[in-house]
Amino acid sequence: MAPYPPTRIDLRQRLLPPAWPQPGRPAHLLGTDNVGRDMLSRIIWGARISLAVGLSAALLGAVAGSVLGLCAGFFGGAVDAAISWLINVQLAFPFTLFAIFLLAVFGGGFLPVVGVLALATWVNFARIVRSQTLSLRAQDFVTAAHAVGVGAPRILRRYIFPAVLPSIVVVASFSAAQAILTEAALSFLGVGVDPTIPSWGAMLNLGRNYLQTAWWMATFPGIAIALTVLGANLMGDWLGTRLDPRAR
Amino acid sequence: MTETLLDIANLHVRFGATTAVAGACLHVSKGEAVGLVGESGSGKSATILAALRLHPPNARISATHLTLGGHDVLTLPQPALRRLRGRFAAMIFQDPLTALNPLLTIGTQIAEVLTRHRALSPADARRQAAALLTQVGITDPARRLAQYPHEFSGGMRQRAMIAAALAGDPALLIADEPTTALDVTVQAELVRLIAGLQRQRGMGLLWVTHDLALMAGIVDRVVVMYAGRVMESGPVAALYANPRHPYTIALLESLPRLDQGRGRVLAGGPPDLTRPTSGCVFAPRCSARMPRCMQAPPMFAAGDSHVACWLAAPAGAEVAA
Repeated sequence: MAPYPPTRIDLRQRLLPPAWPQPGRPAHLLGTDNVGRDMLSRIIWGARISLAVGLSAALLGAVAGSVLGLCAGFFGGAVDAAISWLINVQLAFPFTLFAIFLLAVFGGGFLPVVGVLALATWVNFARIVRSQTLSLRAQDFVTAAHAVGVGAPRILRRYIFPAVLPSIVVVASFSAAQAILTEAALSFLGVGVDPTIPSWGAMLNLGRNYLQTAWWMATFPGIAIALTVLGANLMGDWLGTRLDPRAR
Repeated sequence: MTETLLDIANLHVRFGATTAVAGACLHVSKGEAVGLVGESGSGKSATILAALRLHPPNARISATHLTLGGHDVLTLPQPALRRLRGRFAAMIFQDPLTALNPLLTIGTQIAEVLTRHRALSPADARRQAAALLTQVGITDPARRLAQYPHEFSGGMRQRAMIAAALAGDPALLIADEPTTALDVTVQAELVRLIAGLQRQRGMGLLWVTHDLALMAGIVDRVVVMYAGRVMESGPVAALYANPRHPYTIALLESLPRLDQGRGRVLAGGPPDLTRPTSGCVFAPRCSARMPRCMQAPPMFAAGDSHVACWLAAPAGAEVAA
């Protein structure tokens, strides 16, 4: 889809403005960066990294956080105490510091970054799922399910999980957005995904240095991030209402 | 002697410092309809939840005897308990909107009980669920099965819940104020429906309510609770015609009557359940209070009834506790 390979350097064509409003080169629709790489191609390729990282991190966090939150809310007692303690430890820690430490120790790359971002997002899921499970557990229809002899695993699966799923989806969309932004921050600090692969965050941070001379270098990745985050949130909202049969 | 379905003796339920139930006794036999009456907070709901071990985890429960179909409910292992629930004893809840899972269709919820307890195939369960809906007076069951609870009216929902309760073909049906959330006209229909189903199936019925009038026509025996204790229990006719406990008398007098205008209001409020009481719990509001009431009265047999009041003492011999 991209007109050029995203890493092709052409120093003769560096810092070209976009094809509009001032006449740039129609060949480089969104202009070029400081070493003459095509912005449009880099944004298209960057989408792969940003979306893959954001979605994987949100998914991983959603699975881990939801399972832990369900268990904490439903079983209560020692299970709840242990999981709540984990949540609080995670929340008390300055996350960026923690992420830099982990990535510096274990090295960057796709999987470590996804893992570290999942560490940041699972707390969102665990907290919300836990509190909703706590209130659902006391609902009459859950007591009624107990009253007809439905077992605990089945109650969790059929009665509690579907009821918290809309919230999980909404939190997932926020978390995907958050993960994309955090990945950008990590790339800026040089501990992100492989620097040779373009990611929106890394492009944005590179563009920061040229903000006064080449506005397009920071603006277009920024718009891409903003649109993606907005889209993720809108989709989360829509899914949230669609998953609830009462709202149909 | 008929088969005893539910037998509760000396049940105590505590929530922290609050004693919700203090020494309640109750039994329901096969084919018998028992009404459990009391004001809000008298421990009715805590008693029936304890009967199925459905009480919230913060409740502390003790009883000298608590059996369901001969099984000790308090020590029964979970799997066996799950087989009893829904199969041996089923429950109808007060508010059918909150007691039905809003995210599952009515059909799924009824079929759940059928596949669980009767080992029916999904197709058979579906057919059986439709038959149950017809039994509880829901027309067009095939269409109704595919609907969600919010598409049902209040009365319809309660009918659906009754169908789900009957799905396990229980020997004992526990109804926790099943008509409270409904219109008066719908109430009457549902009372008739439940009473009819009970007679037809020979079920035991434990009907919990604060509405004395509604219950009069359908139960055989009435148990009156106040502040977590049983005040009086006896055959419904005797209890209405000749109430012995001052609290029962006050309850009956508080009913509005057409010929006498509004009923009498019982002065005072129920006691603070967080503080231990000595003596009769009803004494502070009782019009027939006497010095002896400083001591808690035991259950006295009086005619066919049992009464926890010193007034009944001379008339009958004391029942062994």
